[in-house]
Formats: sequence, C-alpha cells, structure tokens
Amino acid sequence: MKIGILVNEGPFTHQASDSAYHFTKAALEKGHQVLRVFFYYDGVNNANKLSAPQADDRNLVNLWSELAGEHGVDLVVCVAAALRRGIKEDILADGFRISGLGQLIELGMAADRTVVFGD
Amino acid sequence: MAEQDFDTEGVKKHFMFVNRKAPYGTIYALEVLEMILISAAFEQHAVIAFMDDGVFQIQKGQDTAATGMKNFSKTYGVVEMEKEDADEDEDIDMVWRIVVEQESMAARGLTPDDLVIDVEMLPSAELADLMADQDVVFSG
Repeated sequence: MKIGILVNEGPFTHQASDSAYHFTKAALEKGHQVLRVFFYYDGVNNANKLSAPQADDRNLVNLWSELAGEHGVDLVVCVAAALRRGIKEDILADGFRISGLGQLIELGMAADRTVVFGD
Repeated sequence: MAEQDFDTEGVKKHFMFVNRKAPYGTIYALEVLEMILISAAFEQHAVIAFMDDGVFQIQKGQDTAATGMKNFSKTYGVVEMEKEDADEDEDIDMVWRIVVEQESMAARGLTPDDLVIDVEMLPSAELADLMADQDVVFSG
C-alpha cells in the first residue's frame, strides 16, 4: 500500500511524533511504501538538528534522519510553518527538506491512505 | 532528499478540512486556513467543516486589534469565493462545501446569520457520515 504520513506535533512535547515514527518504521518493515512524511504545525520542530534531548532519552530528530538514510523516506517540512518557528535550511537535520504545502495536498492525492498524527 | 514525483494526473479526491479550535488561542485555525487556500490550486473536491469552538473562526465582528493578532476571518471570504467560482465555472472541476455542525452552533448560541460566510448546517450524525465518505481528512 502507498501510505502518506502527516505529523502535526513537535518531538518530545507530544507523543504524536513518536507514534508517527513507529508507524512509519513498521509500515516500511511490512513492505509498504511510505511516499512521504510531511511535517506541519509544530511538527516542523522534528527537523531541528539543534534539538539536544538528555542522553538517556530517545532522540526523535536523529531517528527520523536514520529512517530517511536507511529507507530513503522523503521527509518534508512545510516552509510557512517552519519559518514561523525558526526552522531554516541551516538547522535542518539530515534527510529533511523544506517545501510548500502543495506537497501535502499532492501526497493526499497520490497515497492510498493518508495517516495523520496529532491532536 | 528522496524527493519523488507523484503521478497525480487526473486524480480527483475528496478532501475534508476540519476546524475544531477557536481562532486565536492556538495557531491551528490559521494553519488549517493556509492548507485550504493552497489546496484550491489542485482542483480537488473539498468539504470545509467547522465544529466545536471552530465555529467561532467565522463569527462576524471579530476585532483582534488589542491582541496584535491578524484577523483572518476575512480571508474566509476568499474561500467562499473559491467555492462560488467552482460552483459557477464549468471549467473548474471541483465541488467545495462549507459546513458547520448544528450542535456546535446551538451550544454556542450561534445561527448562520452570525457568520461571515454562507454555510450549510448539518447535524452531527450527517457530518459523521460525510467525514466517513472522504478520502483524506486534515484537521486542526
């Protein structure tokens, strides 16, 4: 199945990004195709490479980057939401790119299912 | 990174945008509006729904001057224009509906006359059925 993922909340402050990460990983391991993970609202904070959680906790930003490295998942951050929150190219973690909301609508059009994580 | 082109030629889906939050307490309302505006370019069918405190987003007479925030209720006039264009122009192959949940309106003492745009009022059960019929649901 072709799956689209939308992440609407920031890492560490809300479980949504953990759930989205585990869902995406599980879907890939089951052989599904994840067309794109799109980050919106505070979800754009998942791309901030300046995040430095305590050493004994999971680092979601790194986990996303690893997933992109291993599976070639397209991680897209909404430009308007990102700029509003200070997320720019130079603090973007590996595997993320910044683009417009059109890429979310296009994802909804292309995916068999679009799964949304957040309140 | 792994950017890929999707073949969306001729794809026509049903999108729903659900507004559930009050207009200025959090940024969700404004960012849902941004999604709706962008989606117009893709000529997809869309239901723009307001429920819970989300109905306040399109209430008349909003004055945000004292808070310094942008009053975006006027921008819903643009959304209404997109809907009317789609209704009237045969070359635009999309249907947009703007709906409010009847129970949410009643609970807040609102009637359609209190709103800045024309809406369809649907009882909760009908809105649920409509939601179940969608291909993609985005909310805020």
